Amino acid sequence: MSSLLEMENITKTYPGVVANENISLTVEKGEVVALLGENGAGKSTLVKAVFGLVHPDTGSIRIKGTEISFGDTAGAIAQGVGMVHQHFQLVPIMSVTENIILGDEPRRGWRLDMKKAREEVLALSKKYGLVVDPDAIVEDLPVGTQQRIEILKALRKDVDLLILDEPTAVLTPQEIDELLTVIRNLAKSGVGILFITHKLREVMAVADRVVVLRDGKVAGATTPRETNEAGLAHLMVGREVVLRVEKGEAQRQDVVLSIKNLHTLDDRKLTAVQGFNLDVHAGEILGVAGVEGNGQRELVEAICGMRQRVTGEVLVSGIQTPDMQPRKVHLMGVSHIPEDREKHGLVASYSIEDNLVLNQFDQAPFAKGWIRNRSALESNAKTLVKEFDIRTPSIKTTAGALSGGNKQKVVVARELSQDTKVVVAAQPTRGR
Amino acid sequence: MAKKLLGRRPLLFILTALVLLFFYLRDSLVTTSVMSTSVTFGLPLAMAAMVGIMCERTGIVNIGIEGTLLVSSFVGFFTASLTGNLLLGLFAAVAMGAVAGLLLALLSITWKMDQIIAGTIINILATGLTSFFYKQGHTIPTTFPEFSLPGLSSIPFFGPVLFVHGPLTFFGIFVIIALWYALYFTPWGLRSRSVGEHPSSADTAGVSVLKMRYLNVTIAGAIGGLTGAYLTLELVGSWDRGFSAGKGFTALALMIFGRWNPLGALGAGIFFGVAQAITNQLMFSQVITIPQQLTNMLPYVLTILILAISAGKVRAPAAEGQPYEKESA
Repeated sequence: MSSLLEMENITKTYPGVVANENISLTVEKGEVVALLGENGAGKSTLVKAVFGLVHPDTGSIRIKGTEISFGDTAGAIAQGVGMVHQHFQLVPIMSVTENIILGDEPRRGWRLDMKKAREEVLALSKKYGLVVDPDAIVEDLPVGTQQRIEILKALRKDVDLLILDEPTAVLTPQEIDELLTVIRNLAKSGVGILFITHKLREVMAVADRVVVLRDGKVAGATTPRETNEAGLAHLMVGREVVLRVEKGEAQRQDVVLSIKNLHTLDDRKLTAVQGFNLDVHAGEILGVAGVEGNGQRELVEAICGMRQRVTGEVLVSGIQTPDMQPRKVHLMGVSHIPEDREKHGLVASYSIEDNLVLNQFDQAPFAKGWIRNRSALESNAKTLVKEFDIRTPSIKTTAGALSGGNKQKVVVARELSQDTKVVVAAQPTRGR
Repeated sequence: MAKKLLGRRPLLFILTALVLLFFYLRDSLVTTSVMSTSVTFGLPLAMAAMVGIMCERTGIVNIGIEGTLLVSSFVGFFTASLTGNLLLGLFAAVAMGAVAGLLLALLSITWKMDQIIAGTIINILATGLTSFFYKQGHTIPTTFPEFSLPGLSSIPFFGPVLFVHGPLTFFGIFVIIALWYALYFTPWGLRSRSVGEHPSSADTAGVSVLKMRYLNVTIAGAIGGLTGAYLTLELVGSWDRGFSAGKGFTALALMIFGRWNPLGALGAGIFFGVAQAITNQLMFSQVITIPQQLTNMLPYVLTILILAISAGKVRAPAAEGQPYEKESA
């Protein structure tokens, strides 16, 4: 009997990059296969090929023994493939129901049957224990809920093979545990699952088999029983990895950031931060924990001068920072690694070189009066690309062309390479 | 349903009704005729706005509506004039409109040209070609005749205003309502809107972004052709250089004012029509004497005003103007 999914010798090259090189992979019915690899190892490219979103150069893909034609998403769906995408594929202004039925809508004659659609969504939600409000508008929902919608969307059409592309990237630990349970239950009911991640814990917890990709090639295949997290990490990066950060006791010095009785509103003008007080000392790392959507974003933005402070003050080394003036706050020594790097961290159409000086382009040595200093820009970029291991063809490459992890390295390199008193990092390890 | 029909401006609606009632009680004959005229002024604009709505809802900006109206009315008029057959003229105009739509689709979807430039190309091409091929002295024997819908037309006020018109007027109103219904209550509408808002969502759900865009932009062009035919073969009965007179651009303002909703744009079109009809009536009855040039400016001034008022308050389809790249998803 043929396997559920057989990929044979898949090769895909982009200009200057080999994303996949001769990759073969199988998934059986009822099996959870984890596809593990660093950012940019070619995991997403590979599974997008199965779903018809990427057109491989060579190779073949068979589902239940039937060869599928490349680039045919509707065909893949018809073959029983469902996919949960890394970047949510939801229409923000539409309702949950509309998003779930899109592409295969219940009809009454030639009209949409929204009543039936709604019932279908409720039944689906109940069947898999994934709670959603069918009438809510997607853009009003937190990411955890949006993720549930994505999964329901993929499961709606009795899938045989479910592909999950880094589904845990934006979830809290509790939400991840829920998701892993859902995955196990699905596998038990006979669905084959291809699960992409770079988180070792999840692989150990849920996978039957693990295939590790490195630089577009299969670096190894194993099972969680035969290995451990350190072994997987070794396969993933090709060298020994320290999984625990050894750090000594913090050497606390003076208070550098002081937040006093801060109040802010969220985008819907509802109270988000209420009478918040905090002191951060030099030499310490202070973590702010909590389920997303409880004011963390608003707090960060208020500190950095990107959001109106209703009342309260933010002091850096005892000096009050101005409200709603991010640039001045930055010049006072506050570096910011923003939650949404695409929106607030980078200009996608600018080169890496320019992105690395986004908040100091007009200062020495990067500018002399009105004129930009090209050689200083270049040497700065070359140093940082090397120091932070930003994988890029050149420093002139646009930031938008980089993979998510490398984009983040650009932001981090820029923010950490400057004279700074406080680093405000919002979800800095989130994969996007 | 009622909320969707009235839109979010019930106050404006009630106010208009009260003003109408006041004038109707003072002089029913003139009020009726002014309102009837305003339908013929406003409807072509609203229909042209449908072209924009259909395109932009799937993510294609169409600023070539003006050119589409111009070239299709030209083809419609001269086909009717040379063959002596109005229906042939109508079909020719619709076909020409569809071709203009197809051209926009080819330029902006397949060749991923900047959509503003693609639209401008259509406008310039239309102006150039029609001016070049235009010959004076052609006429058509008649226009599409006005007729009264039996029963409905004898309702006081509403009868003569809404139900005594040429066939294309009725058809135009039908197209607008049908488009509204289709956009919000059919699978096609759901898919179209998703393609205009977040094309990769549609793509990953198995909806072909390319096909939806091609289909809608071409049908939109055909509606533009219908509008062109309506203008020349039913309302005016002649054709001259620059015949479309900025209606295609005013239509874009109606589209925005109507929040990319066909009924909203219809309402905005009627508002424009009323303004124009009242001005004409005031001039005609010599209540006011202002130079013709100033009154000709009215649609443009209103367009600017409306755009200034609605700026920042309306939300355009999110993927508007962006070519869809499948592999960057």
